Amino acid sequence: MGDKDIQEMRMSILKALEYDGRVDLNELAVRLGLDATDIANAMSDMEKEGIICGYQTLIDWDKTDDERVTALIEVRVTPQRGQGFDSIAERIYKYPEVDSVYLISGGFDLMVIMEGRSLKEVSQFVTNKLSALESVLSCATHFILRKYKLNGTVLARKHEDERMLVTP
Amino acid sequence: MREPVAKKVSEMKSSGIRKFFDIVSEMPDAISLGVGEPDFDTPWHVRDEGIYSLERGKTFYTSNSGLMELRSEICRYTKKHYEISYDPASEVIITVGGSEAIDIGLRAMLEDGDEVIIPEPSYVSYVPCTIMAGGKPVIVSLKEENEFRLTAAELEAAITPRTKILILPFPNNPTGAIMERSDLEGIAKLCIEHDIYVLSDEIYAALTYKGDHVSIASLPGMRDRTILINGFSKAFAMTGWRLGYACGPEIIISQMTKIHQYCIMCAPTTSQYAAVEALRHGDRDVAEMCNAYNERRRFLLHEFKRMGLQCFEPFGAFYVFPSIKEFGMTSDDFCTSLLMAKKVAVVPGTAVGDCGEGFVRISYAYSIDNLKEAIGRIEEFISELRNR
Repeated sequence: MGDKDIQEMRMSILKALEYDGRVDLNELAVRLGLDATDIANAMSDMEKEGIICGYQTLIDWDKTDDERVTALIEVRVTPQRGQGFDSIAERIYKYPEVDSVYLISGGFDLMVIMEGRSLKEVSQFVTNKLSALESVLSCATHFILRKYKLNGTVLARKHEDERMLVTP
Repeated sequence: MREPVAKKVSEMKSSGIRKFFDIVSEMPDAISLGVGEPDFDTPWHVRDEGIYSLERGKTFYTSNSGLMELRSEICRYTKKHYEISYDPASEVIITVGGSEAIDIGLRAMLEDGDEVIIPEPSYVSYVPCTIMAGGKPVIVSLKEENEFRLTAAELEAAITPRTKILILPFPNNPTGAIMERSDLEGIAKLCIEHDIYVLSDEIYAALTYKGDHVSIASLPGMRDRTILINGFSKAFAMTGWRLGYACGPEIIISQMTKIHQYCIMCAPTTSQYAAVEALRHGDRDVAEMCNAYNERRRFLLHEFKRMGLQCFEPFGAFYVFPSIKEFGMTSDDFCTSLLMAKKVAVVPGTAVGDCGEGFVRISYAYSIDNLKEAIGRIEEFISELRNR
């Protein structure tokens, strides 16, 4: 296989996995017209290279009895000499409560997404941990009220096939 | 009282698909693989452009042949993808679906008694439209051993001095067959030799899985004897927008426009604005949908092979056309029993031409999960038939 073919194969595998992380490899091989062993090898290579970082499940927690709140926190920080934003980002992402951390362009620097059991838990984290960090200048916390669409999947309503049953 | 209905209409066979639809609609919980339209929604940016045109008050007629902006985009698209140049001012007409283009194309070209060669199995409207236009349908039965392609020998055998038009329906509904350049060359040669026009229905042109689609109009000497028909329904998942088009020499397109002007006026304006956006920015959507169809196509063919169900490999549209001859049943019986026993609807081959006997049309305009469930049931059904 040439370099271009490998890149193409990798892209089609990633697209399929992004949509369905549990896809059966033999079935995927049939669909893509590839060999199942080649797919398995490509996947393990991409795992080693850190391209595939995990196989998670998309969950709509609102449909469970579990009480939890998600917050988006805009954080303004002072970058550190020689380190830029990396070391402060690391200080923040090491907290297990923190789900995601992004460096953002525009009016603030870091976008922190976190989950907690209650508003109180989240606000305590922001007040006692996040704002207390030396290089953090300010935080603005936004609580998520409802998730309509998550990672490309619409949670709000089921898509129905409205086509007639038989058409020419 | 006088007979209220014209004989040529009352004698027209109603569509075999319609008949089967009536049976299926009695069974609302059936899973269907019988649909001839994409399962994808029209890409959002295209719908958005339609909505935006309404917001701007674009609610009037367009010119008879359609928005100039859209005709220009069609010419650009046709040049880019199929290497044929048309003049947007005089060689393109926007129609209400590809179906209208078929109808007015035949009506513009046929004298009473002119013969129209129609390869079957194929789309249901060619024969009735030919008859309504005063022409005489001459059916060529395509064969599985030729992968349901039209061969030059088959065409030559059907030509008479009265032959005026060849309808060329590829990529094909219901078989999924395509015609490659080498197949088309022999056909083009005969058309030129015998002075035959071609009505090339290329509505599935964007959906091929073995190289790019080749239009017969791009072959030397064919552009001026071909009416190229295409549209937005299949490629851009826009069936409900009812929008198609025909390209061809001005001498024919201008006459088609006259008929269109008197019976349709113009194609829906909202759809035309949405279609401009589809042609300008929709290539990626088409490529993605095409990839998805191809995955499903490979999946179905693999499953048929595993079950031992005979099926030639189709490279176009979104249909497979497996043979059910081993079961010794008619296509109608097979489909009805499958529906009754396992609640799966597929279309009998005979609904799309007598030579479809012994075959069924299975559409893969469905999600893989949907296909898996249906295939599981079909497998149960055929193993029961084999163990009878």
